[in-house]
Amino acid sequence: MPLLDRNGSAEDRWTRSEGAAIGNIPAAIVPWEVLAAALDAQEPEQVIGVILPNSVPFSALEPFLPRLALVAIAFPAYSDGRGFSLARQIRRAGFAGEIRASGPLIADQFAYALSCGFDTIELPEASAARQPVPQWLRARDTFSATYQRGYSESGRNVLDQRRAARAAAPIAAE
Amino acid sequence: MYRYDEFDERFVRERVAQFTDQVARRLDGSLTEDEFKPLRLKNGVYLQLHAYMLRIAVPYGTLNSRQLRQLALIGEKYDRGYGHFTTRQNLQFNWPKLRDVPEILGLLADVEMHCIQTSGNCIRNVTADHFAGVAQDEIEDPRPTAELIRQWSSAHPEFSYLPRKFKIAVTGAEADRAVIKAHDIGLRLRRHPDTHETCYEISVGGGLGRTPMIGKVVRDYLPKKDLLAYLEAIMRVYNLEGRRDNKYKARVKILVHEIGAEEFTRRVEAEFAQLDGPSINADPEEVARIAAYFAPPRYEALPAVSNTLEAAKASNPAFARWVEVNTVPHKVPGYTALTISLKPIGQAPGDATSEQMRRVADLAERYSFDELRVTHAQNLVLPHVRQRDLFAIWQQLGEAGLASANIGLVTDIISCPGLDYCALATARSIPIAQAIQSRFADEARQREIGPLGIKISGCINACGHHHVGHIGILGLEKRGIESYQITLGGDATENAAIGEILGPGLAAEEVPDAIERIVSVYLAARSEGESFIDNVRRIGLSPFKAAFQETTRAAA
Repeated sequence: MPLLDRNGSAEDRWTRSEGAAIGNIPAAIVPWEVLAAALDAQEPEQVIGVILPNSVPFSALEPFLPRLALVAIAFPAYSDGRGFSLARQIRRAGFAGEIRASGPLIADQFAYALSCGFDTIELPEASAARQPVPQWLRARDTFSATYQRGYSESGRNVLDQRRAARAAAPIAAE
Repeated sequence: MYRYDEFDERFVRERVAQFTDQVARRLDGSLTEDEFKPLRLKNGVYLQLHAYMLRIAVPYGTLNSRQLRQLALIGEKYDRGYGHFTTRQNLQFNWPKLRDVPEILGLLADVEMHCIQTSGNCIRNVTADHFAGVAQDEIEDPRPTAELIRQWSSAHPEFSYLPRKFKIAVTGAEADRAVIKAHDIGLRLRRHPDTHETCYEISVGGGLGRTPMIGKVVRDYLPKKDLLAYLEAIMRVYNLEGRRDNKYKARVKILVHEIGAEEFTRRVEAEFAQLDGPSINADPEEVARIAAYFAPPRYEALPAVSNTLEAAKASNPAFARWVEVNTVPHKVPGYTALTISLKPIGQAPGDATSEQMRRVADLAERYSFDELRVTHAQNLVLPHVRQRDLFAIWQQLGEAGLASANIGLVTDIISCPGLDYCALATARSIPIAQAIQSRFADEARQREIGPLGIKISGCINACGHHHVGHIGILGLEKRGIESYQITLGGDATENAAIGEILGPGLAAEEVPDAIERIVSVYLAARSEGESFIDNVRRIGLSPFKAAFQETTRAAA
């Protein structure tokens, strides 16, 4: 499936495995149901990721995080926004691996996904075919800054920009 | 009132460009109709029965004269010369063309306005007490809070694809004029009994629609500085756990109901405890920056009673009655807050022509420090009027057909657009409102009946707030015929209550008779000075039910 990162088209080094038998796949994404079994079979050089249904509570995932290199959160529909909150919770727990949104997202959600902690978007062929990469990059840059603190990389939110402006010109704030 | 800085200005311009681009991507097939729909809804564009409808945000109901004149211009240029003020303090145009929408958004941005999140499954335009800043019973002005929430909720990365729409209302007064208990989140500014600091009481899970619920308090006293982090915690719990299997069960009220207010509160508090407040909340300087825009205007020092006003009242009884009904006391001596009725007998409730908007804009500029408000009851307010100017204002309103003396009375009916406009409606609303108004047109009789709120919705979605009307009317369709269900005892204030159904549905033409009978029971049973709703509470539903059944018998 076509993959995007914040800069556009990306190579996918991961392979999906249907079951727990990950053999010698160097980077394997396994279903949530078989994650425990797959981790049991993990070889030293192997990295494992999981495809997570968005109905799984973060508390169930949390114990596995230290052994995962990727969490792909399923978006059953673009309109189902649970994945945004899950990504936030995973990042808050200090997870430094890749977080991937997997499903029929639309370009207008790209900036939101990046802000919530996603690194990559994995699209069905049909969605990707209708929405070429330049549309995603344009949508990513729609807003110079938004109003929520603690979401995007520092400085890209209005409140912190106002604060910086106040610090730079204390007299003008009168 | 709040003014955009460079960041707000840029954000709204970028939003206009975004929507323009979205329309282009729909037209070239990049987006399917299904994918485009929520994008246009989040810009206030609905597809209605006959045309597109554009809903413009009036954040917490506050406007200046320049903005209202711009709305008048848009109404004239792109619509049919009028607009409709809604129960969420917004303005709707019923006949714009889709191709004109980007241009309209540009005109709105010119006057610091937008249509952002006036629809869709996101945090909607925030509402507040329409007497904010002027009410005598106010503890703290709710507008700075509402503006902070407006900004924070705009294009929120995490909470723009919620299970369902989400409405937040704020009040800072003892009397609730913002219907906070019927909102997904209701905020009430109040003083902590020990520290005397102003805090928020937070209610969650109120809402009307097909499953009406009164909001439950989840926090009695939240320190003001923690607001955004606490809202984030509530929204995250809802976004993750709100039902998505059935759109009729997707509002937060259902989640609160199903797991219980206590468990919901526990989950919110657990999430809140995980959050790093200082990295989320607005810093005190930012809060102060916003609050400064809502500093009181430069009032004159005036005597508490205006002799000019008293003399005009004495010589003109019609004027005196209008003053009595349409004004409320103001914090500042010599001033009053005036409500302009958009409910003249026989007109669609909440409609105003472009000409009327310009007249009100002129009056706001000349007599009310350039400020006006939209109420959830679909009227307009001039919040800071010198008492001595009331007579001149009354005369000028009269020339524009805006001097009805009926605020809070039986003809001040809240009504949704109903089947005359709305694609969701199952019955007409406006003609029912008009028929009731005609029946009770006599002003002396209206005053004799006193405060009585009738609210009409043309479908189960309850945009006309019928559940919380003293008398509520719900239009349904039964076997191809409109049928109106009457409820009694609803209350939209701090004593929030859901009305109870009186009996079987009525045909449209029977509704005025039924209202007449209900009112007769009240008039016969009331004690000295007892209002309609107090009377219903005291004597209960039975006498009203009995009278109501006579209506259905008479019709049979």
